[in-house]
Amino acid sequence: MAATISLHLGPAHADRYENNPATRETPWVKWTVIGISLAFFALFLLLPLVVVFYEALRKGWDAYLAALVDPDALSSVRLTLLAAAISVPLNLVFGVAAAWAIAKFDFPGKSFLITLIDLPFSVSPVVAGLIFVLVFGRTGWLGPWFIENDMKVVFAVPGIVLATIFVTFPFVARELIPLMEAQGRDEEEASTVLGASGWQTFWHVTLPNIKWGLIYGVILCNARAMGEFGAVSVVSGHIRGETNTMPLHVEIIYSEYKFAAAFAVASLLAILALLTLLVKTWIEWRAARARDEEAAEGS
Amino acid sequence: MNFKTTRRGLIALALGLSFGSSAFADVNLLNVSYDPTRELYQEYNAAFAKHWKAKTGEAVNIKASHGGSGKQARAVIDGLDADVVTLALAYDIDEVANAGLLAKDWQKKLPLNASPYTSTIVLLVRKGNPKGIKDWGDLVKPGVEVITPNPKTSGGARWNYLAAWGYAKQLKGGNDATAKDFVKKLYGNVKVLDSGARGSTTTFVERGIGDVLIAWENEAYLSLKELGPDKFEIVTPSVSILAEPPVAVVDKIVDKKGTRKAATEYLNYLYSPEGQEIAAKNFYRPTDKKVAAKYAKQFANLKLITVDKEFGGWDKAQKAHFSDGGVFDQIYVK
Repeated sequence: MAATISLHLGPAHADRYENNPATRETPWVKWTVIGISLAFFALFLLLPLVVVFYEALRKGWDAYLAALVDPDALSSVRLTLLAAAISVPLNLVFGVAAAWAIAKFDFPGKSFLITLIDLPFSVSPVVAGLIFVLVFGRTGWLGPWFIENDMKVVFAVPGIVLATIFVTFPFVARELIPLMEAQGRDEEEASTVLGASGWQTFWHVTLPNIKWGLIYGVILCNARAMGEFGAVSVVSGHIRGETNTMPLHVEIIYSEYKFAAAFAVASLLAILALLTLLVKTWIEWRAARARDEEAAEGS
Repeated sequence: MNFKTTRRGLIALALGLSFGSSAFADVNLLNVSYDPTRELYQEYNAAFAKHWKAKTGEAVNIKASHGGSGKQARAVIDGLDADVVTLALAYDIDEVANAGLLAKDWQKKLPLNASPYTSTIVLLVRKGNPKGIKDWGDLVKPGVEVITPNPKTSGGARWNYLAAWGYAKQLKGGNDATAKDFVKKLYGNVKVLDSGARGSTTTFVERGIGDVLIAWENEAYLSLKELGPDKFEIVTPSVSILAEPPVAVVDKIVDKKGTRKAATEYLNYLYSPEGQEIAAKNFYRPTDKKVAAKYAKQFANLKLITVDKEFGGWDKAQKAHFSDGGVFDQIYVK
């Protein structure tokens, strides 16, 4: 079953190669490679993570908690969660629709659409932010109309949400396109021939097939939505307690010599990232198990 | 996964998040300011809220936004709803005025060129002054690494540049050509060009890059206060520039929001003894004579040139030095 091809599944039968003298590497090659990657991992990933928590707790628990319940910090947490809560579901719908259109239908401009979906990955986030300022700013294309009608887009929450949606757009679609392309249209065609409506086919055939890939994409999308700095920084206006997300808040209090507080909020972001990783690992494990069960049923 | 529960949870979350924030104040003001004033306005905003409550009985909620002065002016022009702007130099507020957001004669509406406090530019070096820096002339020596922000985006950086220019020009035989040569050498020694004054301070103080930081006087004192006088020393140069960071009410926005009265009082209160005291405590030079006398010991007495006399005003200085193709573009090659 191809339902999980884009998920990066666990140990790929390494012992098969290890136990065969023809394919086995000499021990020193094996251990050097393992040593290098572990050292690299410790230096570039583990050390910064430890430093964040060490610095955050250097002034003790009380200072740590005080930094987190500061009104500006709370407002930044609220805004970050809000931006993620709006942009992730929207990108889930956009992503499924785009992947569906690309994988299941042929139409002119299809490869152009695929390129467009990748645009947020290739464009610098700062440019992405500037685009919104140029369009929705007071002197921009649509800005004057919005201001006349008393609606604020840039330098307010909507701008931050828009920028977040833009930079996180590709995650769900990118995860689903190869998956749905590999699955082909056979099962959907069968379902339609048997008399199911379009919605029935989607809920009972397509969705179960892409379920794990979809959840995986949503998790990555969410991680990026909460961590985004560049694009959001451009459209934020940096109003304290109003338009600062967590990453922006960290930068601000860091340059106010409140180093422990800055690391405290940073550690909160790190915890969110670690939780994301845990959920991701759990999803991969569940997906692998689902695949194994299906394989067992099939045999 | 149970989608129904998830959906219900999300709705509850969204509802919960939409409340909170500060919708309960009678008046909301937004002060868009430049980089080093963060501590000043944090203290001042609390004092003003008390003052306004005593005077009118209304609760006022003041929000602040800080960044490089030029960048902040740009944000206001692009639609950041500032009731008041308190920027690093007059030219940046002129730009906002040119965009039609406030009257062009804004600088005449408040006393003293609309500058309630002043400052100057000094040099911050590492403890013991290992490179022996005593004056501007030492910054162009080979092997001295200088930290200063980018004059294109930072107001403080423009004061830094003009102070250095002024120094070179008042030397014996100094003229525009020697001054240009001097700043060219100086910027040749610049290691990192951050976008705002606070960014440069962090580069010098926290990241430990460079031998000397050209900084606002208030910013230099703040670094000493925050990080200990055992790490840095302030070097007062022989000559510097009188920096007048001006303030203004943004007419178009206060009229739309109906906040003119509070915004005007917010700026007037800066000139009161209380406001001046807060400025002095945050290392800005007070303009009120009594408060200035009280804090006289805090500020070094040095020769200060002015933009008006030396450069013919900010408009001229900006066009000659910092506009595209101006002197700064000619001398600064990466």
